[in-house]
Amino acid sequence: MNIQRKNDLMYLVLGLVIFGIVYGLMEGGMIGSFWKLNIIIICINIIMSASLNLINGYTGQFSLGHAGFMAVGCYVSVILTTNFHMPLIVGMLAGGAAAALLGCLIGLPTLRLNGDYLAIATLGLGEIIRIVIMNINYVGGAAGFTGIPHLTTFPWVFFTMLVTLFFIKNFVNSTHGRACIAIRENEIAAGAMGINTTKYKVMAFTIGAAFAGIAGALFAHCFYIINPSSFTFMASFNYLIMVVLGGLGSLTGSVAGAFVVTALSAALASWPEFRMIIYALALILLMFYRPQGLFGYVELTAFKPFRFLDRTKGGRE
Amino acid sequence: MDFGSHLIQQLINGISLGSVYALIALGYTMVYGIIKLINFAHGDIYMVGAYVGFFAITVAHMGIFPALIVSMVVTGLLGMVVERLAYKPLRHAPRISVLITAIGVSFFLEYGSMYFVSPTPRTFPRVFETEGLTIAGFTVNGQQLLIFAITLVLMVLLTYIVQYTKIGKAMRAVSFDTETAQLMGIDANRVISVTFGIGSALAAAGGVLVGVYYNSIDPLMGIMPGLKAFVAAVLGGIGIIPGAMAGGLILGIIEALVSGFISSTFRDAAAFAILILVLLFKPSGLFGKNTQEKV
Repeated sequence: MNIQRKNDLMYLVLGLVIFGIVYGLMEGGMIGSFWKLNIIIICINIIMSASLNLINGYTGQFSLGHAGFMAVGCYVSVILTTNFHMPLIVGMLAGGAAAALLGCLIGLPTLRLNGDYLAIATLGLGEIIRIVIMNINYVGGAAGFTGIPHLTTFPWVFFTMLVTLFFIKNFVNSTHGRACIAIRENEIAAGAMGINTTKYKVMAFTIGAAFAGIAGALFAHCFYIINPSSFTFMASFNYLIMVVLGGLGSLTGSVAGAFVVTALSAALASWPEFRMIIYALALILLMFYRPQGLFGYVELTAFKPFRFLDRTKGGRE
Repeated sequence: MDFGSHLIQQLINGISLGSVYALIALGYTMVYGIIKLINFAHGDIYMVGAYVGFFAITVAHMGIFPALIVSMVVTGLLGMVVERLAYKPLRHAPRISVLITAIGVSFFLEYGSMYFVSPTPRTFPRVFETEGLTIAGFTVNGQQLLIFAITLVLMVLLTYIVQYTKIGKAMRAVSFDTETAQLMGIDANRVISVTFGIGSALAAAGGVLVGVYYNSIDPLMGIMPGLKAFVAAVLGGIGIIPGAMAGGLILGIIEALVSGFISSTFRDAAAFAILILVLLFKPSGLFGKNTQEKV
């Protein structure tokens, strides 16, 4: 077994320990139903922020339409589970595949744009996806899709999240991931070094969209009803905030960002009017004083107590 | 109503909606031309403008024209304050940081005003009651006339400022090349501040006019028009002032035609579809020149 696989094993053990503790607390009745739901939402948001980080953080393509892909995964999966009585896993895979297909189709033309233009174009595409869903009567239109079976459980969400994190971590550490990082650092230089920039940008976009679709499938089966208004560009902004808060280009950061933002908005649920003001101020101050986010490019293993998790390096990168 | 007259009626509606988009798009395009920032908060500045106008009319009992001027001045100052506090410290930061700050400012204005003026929509008082014109069987109502007139006046004024005054010349110089302009003794920070002021004042005028036209304002009213005005700015060629005017009108007309002949639910989708088509086929916009990317 090589060192990389040993590392993965250590992370897996750590993940299982966390799962054991949280699941034990949930089953033991120490966590109320409000926080139970929020823990599931945190895991879904981690999938969303990690997949968005692959596009925005690692590949440096500023996408603002992530909620649109989530919506596609969401609706495709609920059609399969509710109307055709398929199991959740089929819905998740189909939702992810549909979102990936759409991501690839959308990514091919739009990823020619860069910076601000790409941001606005993806925002527009996300909105178009939502408006199109709103106009399809088969899925309930603006009123929403009702009667969805409640299939999402904590183990499902947690292990999907683990798979997502492993996949993205290993993708980033692979040849393809390195190519994506090179594109982020300097697209022209990367192209000059022989990297097919379009291919890798579309690849990152497609993978990101696929996981957003899977997250959407899980999200849909937490509730009995889903509505296109859950997938506005405000939702995309929300995922962006998680990624930026944690650090563009840090997977640890995405986990932390999703956790902090979701837990904070759950804790502030009784004061909704202040929630967004605090959000806004936090975002502005973060850009002033720590524009690289909480973790920057650094992963958990750069900190001393966690260094044992990473055997590939002697210490800090 | 037969097809032809329906078409002309939709065109009239489209031009009045498009005028408002054009007023907002001007602020976007001027700011982008100077500091290359998509000011996401611009739509919310427009919302604040509508509320200032609302309070000027209901609390201070002003007429529509004094209220319009008060709203433009107050909102223009707000725009300058926002620039000074939120964007100036990030003048040399990466573009993404400034973009995210703009999103933050946008949230702050939306939910801050939601806190102060309550999230429920307010009914804009009917301050402008005049008979509309009927030309060859088509009605242009009083509010639409007001929108056309004020937009025309403001655009002439803006063209005068940009083309014939010292500050306008400075604005053009800074937008062309900030560093060289500074070497020629132009205070770039002052120019940027004035640009935000003028852009915000125009958006405020748009806000008050929309209040008069639709009779309803709410703290989140700026989001969609803000995005669409950006689409208008891109359509005309971002950074180009006549482009924003034309882009706004074209977008307004297309939206009116889509909601009149297809379905009003696809109105927003049409705007974004235009954006994507423009970005893919002529990213420099209708009035823009193609520029070569240099390493």
